[in-house]
Amino acid sequence: MTTRTPPLTEQLKRGLDAPICLTWELTYACNLDCLHCLSASGRRDPNELSTEECLAVIDELNRLQVFYVNIGGGEPMIRRDFHTIVDHAIANHVGVKFSTNGTFLDKEAAKRFASMDMLDIQISLDGFDAGTNDALRGEGSWAAARQAMDNLAAADFGEFKISIVATRHNVSQLDDYKKMADDYGAQLRLTRLRPSGRGVDSYQDLRLSHQQQRDVYHWIMDRPDVLTGDSFFHLNALGESLPGLNMCGAGRIVCLIDPVGDVYACPFVIHDEFKAGNVRDAGGFTGVWQNSERFLELREPESGGACASCGSFDACGGGCMASKFFTGLPLDGPDPDCVWGHADDALAAVDGSAIPRMTSDHSKPGARTDASVPVLLTTKRP
Amino acid sequence: MSSLASDQAWTLSSSIGLRPEPFGALAYHFESRRLVFLKTKDLVDLVRSLADHPTLDDALDAAGLDGRRRTSHLTALASLADAGVIELRSPIPAEATP
Ligand code: SF4
Ligand code: SF4
Repeated sequence: MTTRTPPLTEQLKRGLDAPICLTWELTYACNLDCLHCLSASGRRDPNELSTEECLAVIDELNRLQVFYVNIGGGEPMIRRDFHTIVDHAIANHVGVKFSTNGTFLDKEAAKRFASMDMLDIQISLDGFDAGTNDALRGEGSWAAARQAMDNLAAADFGEFKISIVATRHNVSQLDDYKKMADDYGAQLRLTRLRPSGRGVDSYQDLRLSHQQQRDVYHWIMDRPDVLTGDSFFHLNALGESLPGLNMCGAGRIVCLIDPVGDVYACPFVIHDEFKAGNVRDAGGFTGVWQNSERFLELREPESGGACASCGSFDACGGGCMASKFFTGLPLDGPDPDCVWGHADDALAAVDGSAIPRMTSDHSKPGARTDASVPVLLTTKRP
Repeated sequence: MSSLASDQAWTLSSSIGLRPEPFGALAYHFESRRLVFLKTKDLVDLVRSLADHPTLDDALDAAGLDGRRRTSHLTALASLADAGVIELRSPIPAEATP
């Protein structure tokens, strides 16, 4: 059965006066070096927005009635002014949801957060057990995340979120994860792995198999209380649509402000090709969002390309632009994870040297690379 | 979905941020963190006018909504009530009735 795209989605694709979902990476600095880091973080950028500039961005978001902002990094809690920025946002009616690896979320921070309104916390954990998680996120990262969760629970924070990127190695653990979240009184958030940042190198080793994708689709369908950030809509080709808007919102309803103020179409396309401007430009963030040529282009009607003749196009929309871009596929063709395998031949034919590299890499020198992936993961596969 | 008490006084909830958009408006519930789309401008105007009328029926009358349009707006309002976008206005304390 094909579902007709509701007119609302069509309107959203033409863009709004302000984003609905805005991600703001506060810093490229991070104490970890996860193999699939979407922003290829590690080192702080010396050109990072100052405290004053961050507060001014918040004032602008307030004027634009951006109701909440997803703060990430890097590890955002590394910034010394992290609390100043969060407090200013909340005082100005911009709700905050921030993602953290948990390392700096000690008992004191947990207590402070528990006393605040309009604040959501999302802790990243990419394996149910330390072996699976640490192979991806680094030694000790599982323990740090669990400690942070314990601290939030002890401080009576309420419903925080446990955020998992679905990989080949952890999808068999979803039921365990769900139970962990339930035991904490937390909400589970499961999102799709995209080949962005350092994920360009680790994607082939971490991406789900076709069968695993099908299993995930049914698992999510059966659990409407699990959040997905609307990230699995390419799986809608398998049947009934998942809850959510089910569209690529890049530059239309979604965007990213990076630590140096560059504005990109979405957090998964940190590349010059999708850079629309900088919040330091004369018109500020508002000018970039409303007038940048790059964003106006993205709001033009798209052609379905090779997907147009596919019976599932209305449901799947051809998938995720970032995933196509960073695997070297045409943007108007099938997603690399197309459930019917319609990208498999094209993927096999892509010349590796033609795959775009990210234009803003902040990995630490000597950060683990793709070469270490098979070694680490094959020894610890669940 | 609950059916609405249209003979009661309603209002836009104070927990809601309403952002005008080309299609209507985006409503954000700051407590439940739910995002709701108001898909027409008529609906947005109606929601904003609720607080000015003693009952929902009066608000619908004032907006000139009758027949099928009245029914469809009532359906939309019912789902807005479920999402906490609109709520019953706290009743003005009345004289004790015998
Ligand atoms: S061919 Fe394109 S539209 Fe069809 S299922 Fe694959 S990605 Fe989706
Ligand atoms: S490019 Fe992919 S990740 Fe970014 S908004 Fe579109 S679908 Fe989502």
